[in-house]
Amino acid sequence: MYKIIKAEFIAPNVKSFILEAPLIAKKRQAGQFIMLRVHNKGERIPITIADSNAEEGWINIIVQGLGKTSAHLNTLETGDHLQDLVGPLGRPTHIENWGTLVCMSGGVGTAEALPIAVAGKAAGNRVISIIGARNKELIIAQDRMADVVDEVRISTDDGSAGRHGLVTDVLQDLIDEGIKPDMIMAIGPLPMMAAVSNQTKKIGIPTMVSLNAIMVDGTGMCGACRATVGGKTVFVCVDGPEFDGHQVDFKELGSRQKMYKQQEEESHKCFLERQMKKVKAEQMKEEA
Amino acid sequence: MKRERPQSFNKVPMKERLTIPRQVMPEQDATVRSGNFLEVNLGLTPEQAVVEAQRCIECKSPTCMDGCPVNIKIPDFIQLICNEDFIGAARKIKEDNSLPAICGRVCPQESQCEEACVMGRRFEPVAIGRLERFVADYAMQHDDGSEAPIEKPTSTGQKVAIVGSGPAGLAVASDLIKEGHEVTVFEALHEFGGVLVYGIPEFRLPKAILRKEVATLEAMGVKFVKNFIVGRTMTIQELMADEGYDAIFLGLGAGLPRFMNIPGENLNGVYSANEFLTRSNLMRGYEFPEWDTPLYRAKHAIIVGGGNTAMDAVRTAKRLGADEASIVYRRSEEEMPARNEEIHHAKEEGVKFMNLVNPIEFISDDQGSVVAAKCLRMELGEPDESGRRRPIPMEGSEFVMDVDMVVIAVGNGSNPLISQTTPEIETNKWGNIVADEDGRTSMDGVFAGGDIVSGGATVILAMGAGRKSAIAINEYLKAKVRS
Repeated sequence: MYKIIKAEFIAPNVKSFILEAPLIAKKRQAGQFIMLRVHNKGERIPITIADSNAEEGWINIIVQGLGKTSAHLNTLETGDHLQDLVGPLGRPTHIENWGTLVCMSGGVGTAEALPIAVAGKAAGNRVISIIGARNKELIIAQDRMADVVDEVRISTDDGSAGRHGLVTDVLQDLIDEGIKPDMIMAIGPLPMMAAVSNQTKKIGIPTMVSLNAIMVDGTGMCGACRATVGGKTVFVCVDGPEFDGHQVDFKELGSRQKMYKQQEEESHKCFLERQMKKVKAEQMKEEA
Repeated sequence: MKRERPQSFNKVPMKERLTIPRQVMPEQDATVRSGNFLEVNLGLTPEQAVVEAQRCIECKSPTCMDGCPVNIKIPDFIQLICNEDFIGAARKIKEDNSLPAICGRVCPQESQCEEACVMGRRFEPVAIGRLERFVADYAMQHDDGSEAPIEKPTSTGQKVAIVGSGPAGLAVASDLIKEGHEVTVFEALHEFGGVLVYGIPEFRLPKAILRKEVATLEAMGVKFVKNFIVGRTMTIQELMADEGYDAIFLGLGAGLPRFMNIPGENLNGVYSANEFLTRSNLMRGYEFPEWDTPLYRAKHAIIVGGGNTAMDAVRTAKRLGADEASIVYRRSEEEMPARNEEIHHAKEEGVKFMNLVNPIEFISDDQGSVVAAKCLRMELGEPDESGRRRPIPMEGSEFVMDVDMVVIAVGNGSNPLISQTTPEIETNKWGNIVADEDGRTSMDGVFAGGDIVSGGATVILAMGAGRKSAIAINEYLKAKVRS
């Protein structure tokens, strides 16, 4: 069992976990992920490592409660344990001194962009962070990002913080201001990464994206996570997770992400019903 | 090989032995079992086992042992069964094979020990595999070790790391723990057994049997570490330099699924056999939503390939409720690499065989899910490098059939993780680790065996390779002490 040293909500439905994982903490590099199982009948899910501390032996992951497993995970608290935890997996981010690096992130992707921003800065880049979210409340890790990069810009879909619009609008602003990014890292929901890649392809800025495919083992054994990049099939878990955004077939990946939509909804519903029963039972107990 | 003949306990006169029919394996009825995941074969009864053992004609120079990749003392354990000493028989097998309950189930005996059985030349061979399975199961239930506790060897203080808990790794662990070494098995997944847990379905090898075999090794002193990826969590160099391991055995298996590289292979509903079986076996997708991992329940499933893995996949699809589950194979049944028993069981369960057919494209609906397969009919030409007749497409034979799930079971390559992270270890052009007969790799102190060296093969061949490596590792460790 793997101990949760600290668990706290950092935004609505978004929880940050500090996990006891000395070996992973010692080894992990920017861009790598872990696989975990919440309980003994659980599925294996990949989550990118947001931060770690080798001396204290922990890693940090940020989880948005979207489906059954992430919702279940987000019910766990400080002192609870995970059933399984393994990593670090995937190839580390390729980092060099490009000049100006722009990290564009959406939703919990900001937590995943953080280590890349840190590594990019350490390599000597000027790093600009563009953080996008649906609204002000859903912006995460802004302060942590601000501590490491040269500049943070915000966009929200509803205009409740930063620029009213999308991360692609902010990138256009930058370019209009005369800033020429040499490298773009885009991490977030698939439509956002597709939109960024589409935009930067037209203006010729190299762009890496971190793909979030469905995985089972995470070690290259099953091929569940295959995607088409540059016309060739790749396994996101061992060949990635980062790829040239201009080469990715986002349409195919988008459809593959929805492969189990129906089952996921069924599973989530079962889980919520069980949770409801638990809450009701506790209420009954208290009343009695 | 000259060896002493075992004491005979067979009271049946020689002539009569030839007239005893080979005992039939009791099995679940085909119509019932095609709807559940319980084991198909139910095992011989003790009475059947004794009768079957009495069929052995006690050859002066038995050939059965030569047919066994780990040279189990078959004549000896058969005589012990004749004497109704089932625990003794199981222990006799365990001198050479630490996983008899598994091998008794998944070995292709018909092309190994039973093929070499002298009885088989004129009659049916002795059912050695069924007897092995019977005594192994019997011992699991009845042998608490009290009759003759296994002696603990004196500790050598030397440490061996075994990477991968599949058949090769378990065989090495069993042999080296008996030599007094400190043995630790590292497994990347969350359960031990490698292909035995993710690849072979419950209805052929119940997971409870596997867990008991692992528990036995644990009781002997083997340490098991799960969720540990050698190469990522820790490298081979770190295991040796920082953690003080004196030798390493790599039993990584052939865990990289091959695809056909035809259009539509990345559609939803198209699986590699590894993914389909892992979701079902390791993750228990057949019990979704009680277990969390989802799995397609297809109406019309096709499985492309003709090996044991294809049979496991097609029988799984059938059990998940497919109206039609078919094998699509580009050669004829004669060339199929699957065991006869598996083909036979699949047919009994209603699996359809479409031989001499090869898919060339998978067709999707507007949601990106597979709805049809475009195929060609084939005919057999001259033999190819494998010695089997080469399938050649027939002109104008193209046809389309409706399918809602496809499983590609055309073999596995080797996982590149170790070669990526340990370039010192030489690999060949297929990515297999290069090792000599005894499993020595190009890196000092590092050995390898099983599918990662040979390419995809059988459980028992991996165990055989593991046992050869165990001897070499033991010699290596002894030499290390002397120097």
